[in-house]
Amino acid sequence: MSNARALRIVLYEGLGSRPLDAPVRLAALRQLLESGYGVTRVATGTGMAALPGEGPIAVLGRFEQAQPGVAESHGDGRPVFFCNVEGLEPDGMLRGLEELHARANTAPRAKWKPWFPVIDFSRCTNCMQCLTFCLFDVYGVSKDKKIEVRNPTNCKTDCPACSRVCPEVAILFPKYKGGPINGDEIRDEDLHREKMKVDISALLGGDIYAALRQRSADAQARFSRERDEKRALDERRKCLTKLQQDLGIPPEVLAALPSLDQIQAKTARAMADGGGEEPL
Amino acid sequence: MPNPTRILYCHCAYAQVVPADTKAAVLEQLSASGVSFEAVPDLCEMSARRDPGLADIAAADGATIVACYPRAVRWLFSAAGSVLPEGVRVVNMRVAEVPEILLALELPVETP
Ligand code: SF4
Ligand code: SF4
Repeated sequence: MSNARALRIVLYEGLGSRPLDAPVRLAALRQLLESGYGVTRVATGTGMAALPGEGPIAVLGRFEQAQPGVAESHGDGRPVFFCNVEGLEPDGMLRGLEELHARANTAPRAKWKPWFPVIDFSRCTNCMQCLTFCLFDVYGVSKDKKIEVRNPTNCKTDCPACSRVCPEVAILFPKYKGGPINGDEIRDEDLHREKMKVDISALLGGDIYAALRQRSADAQARFSRERDEKRALDERRKCLTKLQQDLGIPPEVLAALPSLDQIQAKTARAMADGGGEEPL
Repeated sequence: MPNPTRILYCHCAYAQVVPADTKAAVLEQLSASGVSFEAVPDLCEMSARRDPGLADIAAADGATIVACYPRAVRWLFSAAGSVLPEGVRVVNMRVAEVPEILLALELPVETP
């Protein structure tokens, strides 16, 4: 995820600008959004609205009068670049914006599937099980000793494992396929089902990490003993598939399991340095 | 009929969790309407970046957010450091039918 300044787009059809043709407007909106631009549509008969956020603005319009190349927005002094899109198709508008980045000192948004845990603090009891469980330092502890999602980009895309260990069903992944992890309301049977998932870890031997590492190690040992590599690989795949199904953990996460000592040391460290902000 | 003070449409651009037909129809109707609105590629991505634009949207009185599950949207804003006021309505494109969404946005519903 890049933190470079983004260019905010205004599709301006307000006073002093002719409306876009309907198909061009729709295609432009769609292509701009899919290219990662936030867009404010200013409709016919209205004036410029207050824009959310900060940073430079590109105003696209079919202006009736010549506009300055660049100006300052009223109030917050953000640089405003005027782009006359008369006769342009959406592709041409996007090309124009690509050229504008150098002048505006902005960059297009890098494509990143935003996959990270979001905490429902109306349910969270600050038990820190998620921090203890997560192997990739996604979680941290704030200055006031509260759990927080510190490094969202460290999260493994499509891995919802920590949401399964949260005893309060307080962890959401908004892009997950099913409820309640996707933010759908929590029903009694969900609470029961989520608790069952925690019980699965107990069934694995009480210490989920030791159990997972043991199963992983067993598969590896079998692999080294095995002369027939294909059979060994099949065996390992079967073991990993079982764990994946039980807990929804991707294989690369399993492959990187740290020891229990490492996990406990990490939790103690996080509690001690609560509040050490890291930039996103 | 007065338009909602502010409409925020989320395009959920980086995943296929919102039905494509619903997204396409809502964007089409918004585009064809005479209302001003905000459209963002992906609220999740903005939340992860703690985009200051989210705070401005949260501050808008009577905003209607068209995205996904209200619980997810509320806590995405919270993760970015902005509390959504009680008066903000969240319309869920993952489950709502298009006419219901258009009604919530006070946009005309075309009858076939
Ligand atoms: S495991 Fe759940 S309840 Fe415990 S700190 Fe994490 S989010 Fe909160
Ligand atoms: S807020 Fe909902 S609709 Fe918007 S990007 Fe995230 S998951 Fe998709």
